[in-house]
Amino acid sequence: MAALFAASELLGRAEIVDRSYLPPASSVVTRAIELAGDTLFLQYLADTMTAWAVGLGLAIAVAVPLGLLLGSVPAVNAATRAIVEFLRPIPSVALIPLAGLLLGSGTEMKVALIVYASTWPILFNTMYGLAEVDPAGKDTLRVFGFGRLEILLRVSLPSAAPFIATGIRLAAAIALILAVGTEIISGFGEGLGIFIAQAYSVPDGARDVLAGTVWAGTLGLVIDAALGGAQRRMFHWHHARQGGTT
Amino acid sequence: MLEIQNLTHTYADGHTAIKDINLTVQDGQLVSIVGPSGCGKSTLLRCIAGLIRPAEGRIVLDGTPADGVPDNLAVVFQDYSRSLFPWLTVRDNVALPLKQRGMSKAQRREAAMEALESVGLADAGSKYPWQLSGGMQQRVSIARALAYRPSLLLMDEPFGSLDAQTREDLEDLTLKVRGDGGMTILLVTHDIDESVYVGDRVVVLGASPGHVRADLTVDLPEPRDQISTRELPEFVRLRAEVGRLVRGAGETAEQAATAAT
Ligand SMILES: Nc1ncnc2c1ncn2[C@@H]1O[C@H](COP(=O)(O)OP(=O)(O)O)[C@@H](O)[C@H]1O
Ligand SMILES: [Mg+2]
Repeated sequence: MAALFAASELLGRAEIVDRSYLPPASSVVTRAIELAGDTLFLQYLADTMTAWAVGLGLAIAVAVPLGLLLGSVPAVNAATRAIVEFLRPIPSVALIPLAGLLLGSGTEMKVALIVYASTWPILFNTMYGLAEVDPAGKDTLRVFGFGRLEILLRVSLPSAAPFIATGIRLAAAIALILAVGTEIISGFGEGLGIFIAQAYSVPDGARDVLAGTVWAGTLGLVIDAALGGAQRRMFHWHHARQGGTT
Repeated sequence: MLEIQNLTHTYADGHTAIKDINLTVQDGQLVSIVGPSGCGKSTLLRCIAGLIRPAEGRIVLDGTPADGVPDNLAVVFQDYSRSLFPWLTVRDNVALPLKQRGMSKAQRREAAMEALESVGLADAGSKYPWQLSGGMQQRVSIARALAYRPSLLLMDEPFGSLDAQTREDLEDLTLKVRGDGGMTILLVTHDIDESVYVGDRVVVLGASPGHVRADLTVDLPEPRDQISTRELPEFVRLRAEVGRLVRGAGETAEQAATAAT
């Protein structure tokens, strides 16, 4: 990271490459900081983050219950396997033009793609987590007279929760890629990706393109760190047990 | 009344764990079950609990053949640590089954704390199970079963991880619970002294496949006492008899194994 920074700084300053192609890193960072005070940029940022949050939220609301259903009722799993196996390998980015045709290039289209792409890791991690549930816990509630649904909610879901959380963390990163990527490809509207796309189309825009990219990268890092921290705090029991510490 | 009739179970791999077990247990009785390891004690309890559907035979409760898990049942599993939920505190682990009893949250907590106190864990309520030693976890799972106030209590080697002193305390707690009435208890143990000390009856299982080898009535005066009861000639006699039967059951299993190979 630091080496990359230094290299770009050197290359840029020494004018080995054209300044308008690769501005020195320091000027990119200065510009990125400057953007924090730019209301239009902040508006764009808010737009991207809203799509990200709504899309991720919907994906969680769809994928967790679906994962619980598929993971606990083998018949449903078998019946839907063909659909899942067909849809899963399609790279979400390849769906951007199709979604654009169907839904236009507004927020709906962005959100739809985010939901689609981030559903998979949550769905599969939920199903994996359910498969890993210790039957001893389920037997315990069974003998105390609890029914299947209660066992699912009181034993299977909490046991699988650390896996689901990992799925959500993966999905959060994918959702950000989709949010910014969709904006860049569709090219108009509002959002961080639009900011980058527009800067790209004007002469001397390289500095803004890179400053926008710095923002996207920073957002990704901050989101991942925040979710990672929340995961460690919420599932201390999982890590304590796996580590065998007391 | 609990009736176990012609109970036979064969696992999916073709291994017959128990064969043609017949037992009748009166309400309020405490029956100790002993036998060499692998003779099917846990399998028997899991069949009674409705966790395993037996290949043959049936469980009849108060005249009605049981289908699935009996009502008002509590089980202390041999694998106590896996039966506790790591995401719940010790108190919440004990309180959880009480939801089935229609108790309010405050009542559940109070009952849980009371049960924890009775097993000597009054201070552990807000800890998590994985923060406790094996013996303490075992006591949590006993507290959970007792708090539930079941009419049928199945305990699978419940005192195996306890030190001698705690073990005696919990044997006496079990006797007290039995004395309070209303609870039928089946207690699996590998400790022959214990089986005689707490039991109204001792059922000795033989191995390969598990079968009832002997069913002895324990005729010892009440209340039982850790020191004086164990000194009685009748206690000493019974202990020796159970010991011989268990040992014989083990030898039979070994001979069967040698003959098979
Ligand atoms: N799930 C299972 N599948 C196949 N065999 C089993 C299973 N559980 C137990 N057994 C076998 O059944 C026999 C009785 O086991 P178990 O009831 O656990 O004995 P005990 O509790 O008396 O030690 C043993 O030989 C054991 O290996
Ligand atoms: Mg056992």
